[in-house]
Amino acid sequence: MMLPRRTTLLGGAALATIGVAGTARAQLTIDMTRPSFEPVPIAIVDFKGDPVGAQMAGVIRNNLQNCGLFRVIPTSAYIQKDVDATSPPRFQDWRSVGAAGLVVGQVTSVGGSIKVDFRLWDVVTSQQATGLSFTSQPSNWRRLAHIISDAIYKRVTGEEGYFDTRVAYVSETGPGNNRTKRIAVMDQDGANNRYLTDGKTIALTPRFSPTLQEIVYMAYGENNGPPRVYLQNVDSGRRELLGNFPGMSFAPRFSPDGTKVVMSIAENGRTNIYEMDVRGRQLRRLTNSPAIDTSPCFSADGSQIVFNSDRGGAQQLYVMSAGGGGERRISFGDGRYATPVWSPRGDFIAFTKIGAGGFGIGVMRSDGSGERMLASGFLVEGPTWAPNGRVLMFFRGQPSSGGRAGSASLHQIDITGRFERQVPTPTDASDPAWSPLIPQ
Amino acid sequence: MSMIKALSAIAALFLIAACSNNDTQTASAATTTVTPGSVGDFRQNVGDRVFFDTDSSTVREDGRQTLNRQAEWLKKYSNYQITIEGHCDERGTREYNLALGERRANAARQYLIAQGIPATRIKTVSYGKERPDPVGSDEAAWARNRRAVTALE
Repeated sequence: MMLPRRTTLLGGAALATIGVAGTARAQLTIDMTRPSFEPVPIAIVDFKGDPVGAQMAGVIRNNLQNCGLFRVIPTSAYIQKDVDATSPPRFQDWRSVGAAGLVVGQVTSVGGSIKVDFRLWDVVTSQQATGLSFTSQPSNWRRLAHIISDAIYKRVTGEEGYFDTRVAYVSETGPGNNRTKRIAVMDQDGANNRYLTDGKTIALTPRFSPTLQEIVYMAYGENNGPPRVYLQNVDSGRRELLGNFPGMSFAPRFSPDGTKVVMSIAENGRTNIYEMDVRGRQLRRLTNSPAIDTSPCFSADGSQIVFNSDRGGAQQLYVMSAGGGGERRISFGDGRYATPVWSPRGDFIAFTKIGAGGFGIGVMRSDGSGERMLASGFLVEGPTWAPNGRVLMFFRGQPSSGGRAGSASLHQIDITGRFERQVPTPTDASDPAWSPLIPQ
Repeated sequence: MSMIKALSAIAALFLIAACSNNDTQTASAATTTVTPGSVGDFRQNVGDRVFFDTDSSTVREDGRQTLNRQAEWLKKYSNYQITIEGHCDERGTREYNLALGERRANAARQYLIAQGIPATRIKTVSYGKERPDPVGSDEAAWARNRRAVTALE
């Protein structure tokens, strides 16, 4: 793992931005809670000093454009072609192309490492808005670009970014009646895709540990063996069975502190939720109903678990305390509710809803109030939160036709239902799981 | 007595097949070449699958008839172990459907146990909505996908 050293660049200049007049500063600031706003126009110049600087700028442009909050001004429009990373730009040149923000950077080789300095200029006030300096291995240039994107996002929105993250998902290939389903992991923007399972058996529902070092998922055994939950180290690939139960075990999720995994175990037509201590492998039953209790998810503080159950007839959402007990239903609308996921901020629960007209992705407050639908379609399923709790990823499936499987793809959308976009994947993809921010 | 009934049912099936295939020689030939007690015999003359209503794991009347035939056949050919595979249509979420498929497989298993098949001969596995047969996104395909399939080992 890399550990970029982070130092604040030019503290004096950063301090100078404090006390800038509100009206002018508003243009490099965005309030995401407002019902509508104009994307912030921003220019990102290729970083100087090393060919990788242009690639870093490309990653940053892509991140900011894709999140919907920025309008990245095309490089062909830039008047000032050569911008020095350490001295102020010609602000008038950037105002005249309509930029509110300007990102510049410098890449320097230092021994076997690279040092990257970046600054975000507030073009409206002619002040530095933020700046950072990192030293890291050259191979980490892409991560550094994500960390810089997060710094820009945070400076402009006041919210933590989510670009320095990964996504685990199920890669789908092959014929409709015998799809190969493998666990894959990639960067949030689709880069560095790799496969963690070989595809010999179906593997589903990956979830990251809080440190991102491990994932849990469900996979079928060889020769149609029953589905079991596996714990796998992402880097080494070493995997181990998480309990060997007579019935199918599935739907695993880590607790926020990573010490426990909750999962469902199905036996004799009943599916209940269990908790396993990751280190000691002690198993404890959390629900005890003749119904289907599955898709558990911890609250961000680890004190509660939301899950779906058909104990009342149709699938609905229930909340219980993390140790089991105190179960109460929170969804009461028309239709079936499934796959609840608690926001990392603790405020919302996202879910899949199945109604007469099709599938939908929605959010409700954790007490079940304020239900709001964000996306709908023939099949939309499996929301997962960005670590800042402002953006969701989910998957869309198209109908099958002519004996061919419908395509499946990952999509992201913000929690007000804006800026839906498809997330690029090398193959068809389902079941995304968004990681926390990668530990620095 | 039930054995005789089952045998006569199988005989009746052969008769129906023979009658309806009078003018299609190849189909008729295929029916008659199946070896009694083989996997082909089970699939063709007994029926390896039963179907369920939406979001239900209750064995329907048509399913009970199929499972009755399966039970008689399995008693006759007691060398087989079986795995009942539970499946769902695509109109549910992945994890819930894994559980629903298990419930369907278990419902078929319980029915066969009630007909006298030892529990030790029957395993179950759920494929949820991961293995559609047929592949399709209309009511007819979904009805065929809500199924429990008895696989011989």
